[in-house]
Amino acid sequence: MKLIDHSKVLNHMKPRLSFNVFFRFLFLLATLFGLLVLGILLYRIISEGFPYFDLHFFQSLPSRHPEQAGVYTALIGSIWLMAVVAPVSLILGVGTAIFLEEYAKKNAITTFIQINISNLAGVPSIVFGLLGLTVFVRALALGSSVLAAGLTMSLLVLPVIIVASQEAIRSVPKELRQASYGLGATKWQTILRVVLPAAIPGILTGGILALSRAIGETAPLVVLGLPLFLAFLPRTVFDIFTVLPMQIFNWTSRPQEEFRALAAAGIMVLLILLLLLNTIAVLIRNKYQRRY
Amino acid sequence: MADEPLKNHSIQDLISQKFKKRQSGFSFERIVPILLFLTALISVLTTIGIVLTLIFETITFFTRVSIVEFLTAKRWFPFSETHGSYGILPLVSGTLKVTGIAILVAVPIGIASAVYLSEYASEKSRRIIKPILEVLAGIPTIVYGYFALTFVTPILRSVMPGLEIFNALSPGIVIGIMIIPMIASLSEDAMSSVPNSIREGALGLGSTKFELALKIVLPSALSGIIASIVLAVSRAIGETMIVTVAGGSTPTLSWDVTRSIQTMTAYIVQVSQGDVGYGTTVYYSIYAVGMTLFLFTLIMNFIAQFVSRRFREEY
Repeated sequence: MKLIDHSKVLNHMKPRLSFNVFFRFLFLLATLFGLLVLGILLYRIISEGFPYFDLHFFQSLPSRHPEQAGVYTALIGSIWLMAVVAPVSLILGVGTAIFLEEYAKKNAITTFIQINISNLAGVPSIVFGLLGLTVFVRALALGSSVLAAGLTMSLLVLPVIIVASQEAIRSVPKELRQASYGLGATKWQTILRVVLPAAIPGILTGGILALSRAIGETAPLVVLGLPLFLAFLPRTVFDIFTVLPMQIFNWTSRPQEEFRALAAAGIMVLLILLLLLNTIAVLIRNKYQRRY
Repeated sequence: MADEPLKNHSIQDLISQKFKKRQSGFSFERIVPILLFLTALISVLTTIGIVLTLIFETITFFTRVSIVEFLTAKRWFPFSETHGSYGILPLVSGTLKVTGIAILVAVPIGIASAVYLSEYASEKSRRIIKPILEVLAGIPTIVYGYFALTFVTPILRSVMPGLEIFNALSPGIVIGIMIIPMIASLSEDAMSSVPNSIREGALGLGSTKFELALKIVLPSALSGIIASIVLAVSRAIGETMIVTVAGGSTPTLSWDVTRSIQTMTAYIVQVSQGDVGYGTTVYYSIYAVGMTLFLFTLIMNFIAQFVSRRFREEY
């Protein structure tokens, strides 16, 4: 007589095993759903926008005639925006991260700043638009300028940079700092010459992620009153301007098919810009990443 | 005697000289922490700025429109001089409809993806799939808006002939797709932090992987999963461009998802785009709506933090 009746065990296990196989399949489908949507989205945009996606599209001003319209002002505007957001948000974000990680004592104020940052990350972007409208556009009388938009966007992406920089600084091992102190370096010398160089890949990756968030964001800029249609370029940071997402929003809101296709071509430009930024982030990470 | 001049230059003297120099007068070592503290203050000032802006402009709004009307009136009709009505409920119902649909789409798919990635997928396929899923989260929302209006809405309309061009269903589904990676990624983190010894215990007792996931891993990771869902709800409530482009601009108090709606965020965009003069009641109304929106998301964020702190399982 056998101790274990295999057929009986198998009978018991069969429904449970087939459940397992069925749900494994279901979970796989759910995972693939996201990838499928991404595929459809990209296919739709490329197939719609490709007819308009040529050199002329990059060089032309926006126009009421779809066949003449282009993204020149919007693309240059997005680059202006990046030129303001990148330095402002990096200086503020990295400064805050260094303060919290290296100088701040564990007290109520530090905890408060930390909680405040994580809550700030959850505030809807359009509320930052209301802040920018009140403070930068009205109170400081900057109008719908590059500077007003750049400062608003810098505040919006600040939590992303702070959190990324904090993680990067925290992952620099204590031994490096102690070695630096041991050689007689002061705290600031240690931070500037040892900690920051070691943390720079993480900081730059976070910075680029923040920058890609800033150039894709539309809602706060609508609230700031950026024009949907602009036929000239800004000359200084105090000039009015427009950006790629605003131009795409403008074209998408029009009922004519031709403008929808233009919107798709504009999206292609925006996605290529984002792809470039993210490639740079990956390259930086791969080139400088060191494990201690 | 020959040693005398050398004494002044001994290493110890040099060090003490340097220390004296550092301790007196201008020094980087003292200025830098203050400067860094000031940059850290900016993030606090941002929060204070947001709260004060919203409070002051909302108070101005409530001097013109009573708070009772704002909270209870069933009509949102701000653009009329004489028959204006400022009841927030239609805008809130628009936001809740879209958020509800998004959650119905995102929660099952997001959690199922998280279970697959954490329990079934091999290390290699996880390392490929997860970053691609995160690309979905990085796509600008205006692109999703375009997708909702030009792709999802036409498909839905061919299935449901009664659907209006602008409706709650299409942006709801697309917002759901947008927040799938958020739920999947955060839930997967929570599930991966369940220790392997517990998994091996369950498998050793003869459970299948599905039973392991359902009865062991999901309950253990529940706080992280709930926190991820609450954060996703908060994100859906604050989402602007998708509902602006595909949701319409008709604030109505109903549960009908096939008709044109307006959310709180879309109203703010509509007013910002128009030629509304500074200082008019309509101008101040966007701050009152923004305040409501801010409170909604703030409460959600606090719930998420509370849940993940209070119910966290420690191993």
